[in-house]
Amino acid sequence: MTESLVLEARNLRLSFGGVKAADDASLAVKKGEKVAIIGPNGAGKTTFVNLCTGYLVPQSGAVMFEGRDITGVAPRRIARGGIGRSFQLPQLFLDNTVIENMLLALAAREGIWQAWTPLERHPKRDEMFDLLGVIGLAEVAQRPVRELPEGMRKLIDIAMALALKPRLIFMDEPTSGVSSKEKFAIMDTLIKALKYNETTAIFVEHDMDVVSRYADKVAVWSGGRISLEGTPEQVLNDPDVRKNVIGV
Amino acid sequence: MRPEVIMGAGAALALCVATIIAPWATVMLTIALAVGLTVLGIVILLRAGQISFGHGLYYAAGAYTVAFLVNARLSLDTLVLIPLGGFVAMVIAIAFGFFAVRYRDIFFAMINLAISMVAFSLLEKLYHLTGGGDGMNVARPTLGGVRLGRVAFETWMFYTTLAVAAVSAFLVARYLASPLGKALEAIKSNETRLEYLGVSGNSALHIAYAVSAALAGMSGAIIAIVTGHVAPEFAYWVRSGEFVFISILGGSGNVVGAFAGSIVFEVIRNYAAAFAASYWQTILGLSLIAIIMFAPDGLTQLRLRRKVRP
Repeated sequence: MTESLVLEARNLRLSFGGVKAADDASLAVKKGEKVAIIGPNGAGKTTFVNLCTGYLVPQSGAVMFEGRDITGVAPRRIARGGIGRSFQLPQLFLDNTVIENMLLALAAREGIWQAWTPLERHPKRDEMFDLLGVIGLAEVAQRPVRELPEGMRKLIDIAMALALKPRLIFMDEPTSGVSSKEKFAIMDTLIKALKYNETTAIFVEHDMDVVSRYADKVAVWSGGRISLEGTPEQVLNDPDVRKNVIGV
Repeated sequence: MRPEVIMGAGAALALCVATIIAPWATVMLTIALAVGLTVLGIVILLRAGQISFGHGLYYAAGAYTVAFLVNARLSLDTLVLIPLGGFVAMVIAIAFGFFAVRYRDIFFAMINLAISMVAFSLLEKLYHLTGGGDGMNVARPTLGGVRLGRVAFETWMFYTTLAVAAVSAFLVARYLASPLGKALEAIKSNETRLEYLGVSGNSALHIAYAVSAALAGMSGAIIAIVTGHVAPEFAYWVRSGEFVFISILGGSGNVVGAFAGSIVFEVIRNYAAAFAASYWQTILGLSLIAIIMFAPDGLTQLRLRRKVRP
């Protein structure tokens, strides 16, 4: 294994009945890289994320994180080990306010197993307000998540993952549900936050403008595997990708 | 938490005054406060969106612990017996918890019911050990090292129970506001996210389950001491259902609701049984329907909500 590899998915295979969701899928990601996974709708990109984050267990193959085998490890152990994740459909505590969501993430990082000090008086709570400020959500910190639009929920979902200070983060369509006007501003902010924390990122994305602008490497998911890898320029100019993924 | 503290302190004072004005209500209120401890345990589980229809098991565990210890003539004091009842119930809950907390919702409720019914059956069948269906008598133990007469004992048991209830309510309120308590809400709200924050929902629920059983155990211990008798019915599913009933009556939004619901329940049961012996369960049922229709968050939440309205 190359020392600088943060994640290495090796020959992952998973079938649901007769459907091959992953078929010899492999991907290597270096420290600090921003890798975009693109592919047709319903091709199983999220399945790959689920395999790497413990939600699904591959029938064969291995997932290595910083040289350690994390295949089949429970999501909570993977999260504690340094991998964060945001979801295609934001997974939040809807009845709570934004800051309460963030404080729970903070407590999860700092040690949730205490039953005396109220969560709202967490000694590091300012850090969460700062993070919300970086993401541009400081104004809605006290509002219930349930009242917020989908785009904001996406950002909170990502912010909760970032609150764990992961060394690797998976983001499933971070700009979906966000207006085309806002997406670059949001991605600029996210990339800044990732660089600040030296976080490696793998993100599933449909928007090729976002991919070409922010990814260091692009991986094409097709037929249950990574069928092509390269720089955004190489991949997005590939005739097959242009025809089957971008639809040009 | 401030309205809860004011409400709790006011209620405690009112109860003390009530026992002075109407001494005949002392035992009834002691029982209500004791049952409120079990209901407080149910409220903890409700925070995680889980209902137990088997907490009678832990209530009975506390009660039978006291019965065995008193009948073993170990001369243990009431102030030792109550925490011991809670401890034994907690140990049993930790053991069963490894199995029960893997389930959620109706399955969690039913697993608890099943375990409690096994306990009920054992308490009935192991006649030589438990006294079978007749149960066991519990001689009055000392209280604070003093052997008291009946009336003095009942009065001081009321204050002891009030103190246990107040301390438990305070500690549970702190627990529910803490990260560990908030993790319980997260189980109800979105356990997937909780897991991806690196927190085991099962472990958080297991702790809550043990705490809630400890409260039920102390509750059963107090009931055994106050009534002087324990019976297998303590573990019966109807008793467990009553605890859930009371938690809905009082409201699971705050810790005071557990005791408010319990007191209202005991008062209705006592008076309805006295004045309409054949219909007291109907009256209880109708009162619950009224609560669900007009105060779905329970009695105390209705009061709190009214307070914040302009």
